Amino acid sequence: MLANYGYKDGSGDYFIAIDTDKCNGCAKCVDACPQSVFEMGDDDSDPLREEPVARVSGEQRKKLKYACAPCKRYLTTLSGGKTEETMKEIEKLPCVVSCELRAINHSW
Amino acid sequence: MAEEKKEYWRWLESRWTNPNINWRQAKIITGGVDVGSVSTQAVIMADGDLYAFANMRTGSDSPNSARNAFNWALEGTGMAETDVKYTVGTGYGRVNVPMAKKAITEIACHARGANFMYGPTVRTVLDMGGQDCKAIRIDDKGKVESFLMNDKCAAGTGRGMEVFSDLLTISINDVGKMSMEVDVEPEPVSSTCVIFAKTEATGLLRQGWAKNKVLAAYCRAMAGRVNELLQRVGVVKDFAITGGIAKNIGVVSRLENLLGLKALTPRHDTQLAGAIGAALFAKGLLEKDLKK
Repeated sequence: MLANYGYKDGSGDYFIAIDTDKCNGCAKCVDACPQSVFEMGDDDSDPLREEPVARVSGEQRKKLKYACAPCKRYLTTLSGGKTEETMKEIEKLPCVVSCELRAINHSW
Repeated sequence: MAEEKKEYWRWLESRWTNPNINWRQAKIITGGVDVGSVSTQAVIMADGDLYAFANMRTGSDSPNSARNAFNWALEGTGMAETDVKYTVGTGYGRVNVPMAKKAITEIACHARGANFMYGPTVRTVLDMGGQDCKAIRIDDKGKVESFLMNDKCAAGTGRGMEVFSDLLTISINDVGKMSMEVDVEPEPVSSTCVIFAKTEATGLLRQGWAKNKVLAAYCRAMAGRVNELLQRVGVVKDFAITGGIAKNIGVVSRLENLLGLKALTPRHDTQLAGAIGAALFAKGLLEKDLKK
């Protein structure tokens, strides 16, 4: 399942997508993120799943624009859309790099 | 003397019992309580079919509203609380449902509820609730494949519509219909913030815009807003809308135009999706417990 955490506001779209089918609960993203955006826990949207899964912490969900800003050393587009360059830069983000199963992606 | 202020935003509370079901013959009776930010629904299901529901305003006290809605659903059925073997709570106030054995998030419950209400062909569910908006992609069993929730701001929610209903002094039940009574579709107002949209609308009223034209501009803004959210998860046929706004023809028809897709017609009150999903999960969990 693709879980999109984040929000859309007047300045753009700020979503982190976690593919819970790919996530094996290794928690490497939790350690990799300097801003403690990730946490391990029950899969909120699949109450019957028993293994823990990575998710964006409740505390950070509504301020991802600011929480992720220190790692975003590239120009994000105003519309929140992705260009080829932003896609290349997203690949270099610590959380995206830390996930060997490539379960994490950013929308901006 | 000042006239008593009318509450235009106040929608009707309701309850219903299925006349075709005799609950005393049912093997499994489960409950689902969805304590939302604006409304609370309690649903009783007998053998996986809808038996009774109550739909009322939440107010400021979550445990009490869950209790009140649950009691109201039981009222007149002859059923006691102990006859409901397993109850699941969901929604914002899910941790505060006293009779619930388990709390499950509203995303999972809405997906499951929409699958029940609209049938297994539903793939995309848009839930427009009181203070948030969820776009959910599901499979034929009602399992979530992808979701997105916008609960950071009130744009694209029922609360926003209540603000407009109050501003224009038009009953919340009529805003959708009235917004359709325009010759030319006006430009949408701000779609990113209810407060800004209200400011804009006040300005438009001062310029002499008719109420229905202002409503049309707001309904269109709301449709545009949720359309963008839907595009992020991707829209696949069949498409269904749940939540209070699904009753607002002004938003629904404009959204259908934007998507080029008709929304399915609901079998039940659209506000019930979360509670129905919770009651269905309760059935699954009870059956699992009984097997042990």
